Amino acid sequence: MLPPGADAEGGRSNVASLTFQNVTKRFDDVVAVDDLDLEIMDGEFMVLLGPSGCGKTTALRMIAGLEDITEGKLLIGDTVVNDMDPARRDVSMVFQSYALYPHMTVQRNIESPLLVRRYHADGPDRPARKLTRAERQERVDEAARVLGLDGLLGRKPAALSGGQRQRVALARAFVGRPQAFLMDEPLSNLDAKLRAQTRLELVDLHRRVATTVVYVTHDQVEAMTMADRIAVMSAGRLQQVGTPQAVYEAPANLFVAQFIGTPPMNTLDGTFTSEGGPAVVVAGGRVGLDPARAAGLEEGRPLVVGVRPEHLTITADGPLELKVRAVEWLGHECLVFATIGETPVVVRQAGMAAIDAGGTTRLAVDPAHAHLFDPESTERLGATGNTERLG
Amino acid sequence: MTTAESRQDAGVRDATPADTPGAAAPARPRPRRWRRKRPRYRLKDVLLAYALLAPSMVIFVVFFYRPFLNLMHWGTFESRRNGAFFEPVGLRLYREQLSGRDFLDGAWHSFQFVLYTVPAGLILGILLAVAAHRRLKGIKIFQAIFSSTIASSVAVTSVVFLYFFQPTIGLFKVDWLTNPDMAMFAVSLTSVWQNLGLSFVIVLAGLQTIPDEVVEAATLDGYGPTRRLLRITLPLLSPVLLFLLVILVIHGLQAFAQIDILTKGGPVQATETLVYKIQRLSRPDNITIGAVYSVGLFLITLFITALQFSILNRRVHYAR
Repeated sequence: MLPPGADAEGGRSNVASLTFQNVTKRFDDVVAVDDLDLEIMDGEFMVLLGPSGCGKTTALRMIAGLEDITEGKLLIGDTVVNDMDPARRDVSMVFQSYALYPHMTVQRNIESPLLVRRYHADGPDRPARKLTRAERQERVDEAARVLGLDGLLGRKPAALSGGQRQRVALARAFVGRPQAFLMDEPLSNLDAKLRAQTRLELVDLHRRVATTVVYVTHDQVEAMTMADRIAVMSAGRLQQVGTPQAVYEAPANLFVAQFIGTPPMNTLDGTFTSEGGPAVVVAGGRVGLDPARAAGLEEGRPLVVGVRPEHLTITADGPLELKVRAVEWLGHECLVFATIGETPVVVRQAGMAAIDAGGTTRLAVDPAHAHLFDPESTERLGATGNTERLG
Repeated sequence: MTTAESRQDAGVRDATPADTPGAAAPARPRPRRWRRKRPRYRLKDVLLAYALLAPSMVIFVVFFYRPFLNLMHWGTFESRRNGAFFEPVGLRLYREQLSGRDFLDGAWHSFQFVLYTVPAGLILGILLAVAAHRRLKGIKIFQAIFSSTIASSVAVTSVVFLYFFQPTIGLFKVDWLTNPDMAMFAVSLTSVWQNLGLSFVIVLAGLQTIPDEVVEAATLDGYGPTRRLLRITLPLLSPVLLFLLVILVIHGLQAFAQIDILTKGGPVQATETLVYKIQRLSRPDNITIGAVYSVGLFLITLFITALQFSILNRRVHYAR
């Protein structure tokens, strides 16, 4: 919608970084966001991911200025905006409900920020002014074209489908070319097919406008597919920040390990032993470890081993005994639901599994992909993925 | 019962296979009843519907429609010898009285009363409700206070204002009630205060149906408080405001107790609204003139209400 150079009056496009410095938000006695430290780079697509009630939406609303900040500092670019009026922050937001103005046409809805805001339309050193009618129309038409709303400008939101309303909300957010776009679960009201399609379009849109996006979701698929980086939150605290790959391959703690990935990572409680090669002794047998990863672990140390379903292999000579409870065949793969000792595990296998529910078999673990966690702190032992670009 | 049954029979005969799309697929025979374009209700459902409607229908007929027809009928008689007997005069009374000086004066006073009470009631109600529509500790207390005038009777309110306006010991110490130029304004003031609770409650309820996110979106779009009120809140409130307007106008046209208590229609009939005149005229000796006035007031109310709907309904935004 906004090809680089369309707003080139400033030379640099209108993009800002966002920085949380020890930000805390309390509602009465409830701590919604606890000491959040996060830097969102300019132009980055940052996804705040977490279960409901984890504080991600509150964090987003603090950027917008819709919630006060109890403690800490929030910066847009280099400016502390804790007390800045929402309208002056130059950010736009797409709400979960879209929050379109039901009494206005699509045209008016999209145009609305242009009608009231002032823009540096004559260059960054000239005073900001309101856009002329022709300039506004040009921008509305452009937004409508990019988002496929061409024939719909005269309609009211009630006459649109869910997907179209969502596009109007996006157009309204993008038309004013703000420094950052905030999105609060914008896809959650769409059906699965439209959601998948819109995901791709959002990524495409972000690439075109190259603006900072902060995107809140509880859907890890959205996070994995769209994010430059993911910030995983739980109970008001930031758990890990990293690229989707880093978060998936090296989760910082048990929460992240189990929140990301479908089905979630399997975990087995056990103790470390170096007899017969480094391994963790668990209820149903032993899990061999990479010698490198086992370095420095004391004999008998309690551990939690985490293994993703795709890194388990059903094989007759595996070290773990497996009781199969159910097999789900999904076409390209199958999921074997089973127990090791008393602990439920899921195994992902390509194609059809040659096992029946109720039977027993044996299981092997890929030692390169066995993650170790401390059972007390739930923290990962060894290198985590959140070193990269961490603010 | 028989008519309903025969209707059903007729319906069955009408439903020839040719006029339904379902007939094109004979492989799936369906019960006949489903083939109709418009669903016809079963006799049992129809009887049940009327049975459920009956109580309110009876009440309306007995206490509203029939008395109203009686009233219109009375207007065609004229009282003779101070109500000793009544002579049928056709529509003569309607013609004479409804264009007479007294009726038109009453209509003017009613109009004045509406003019003083309705806009003020609407605006104050909106302002109070907007002010009280926020999440603050203890806001419920203010909401209860602001809506409390709903629960106070017109008579009590009027007596309180009678004290306010008392020239020597009153709160305002003004001589408005005996001043023909100020009396109507003073009486209206009572009504504005009285209506405030109603306006407040209705507007507040309306405000609560506006999604927070819509208002927040407007905030982020750069709308200031005033613009949010005018461009977002009021348009979304418009169905509620139309309803409130109609109610307030009808309240205004029907106001009686405050006038009776504060001014008794005086001074020099300056506060004699139509309702007050109807009350004054409705004595056995000239009850038929009262009936004519009542019908006149009904027609005025009907006309104004219809006008409000026809003019304003186009500007009202009904959600979905």
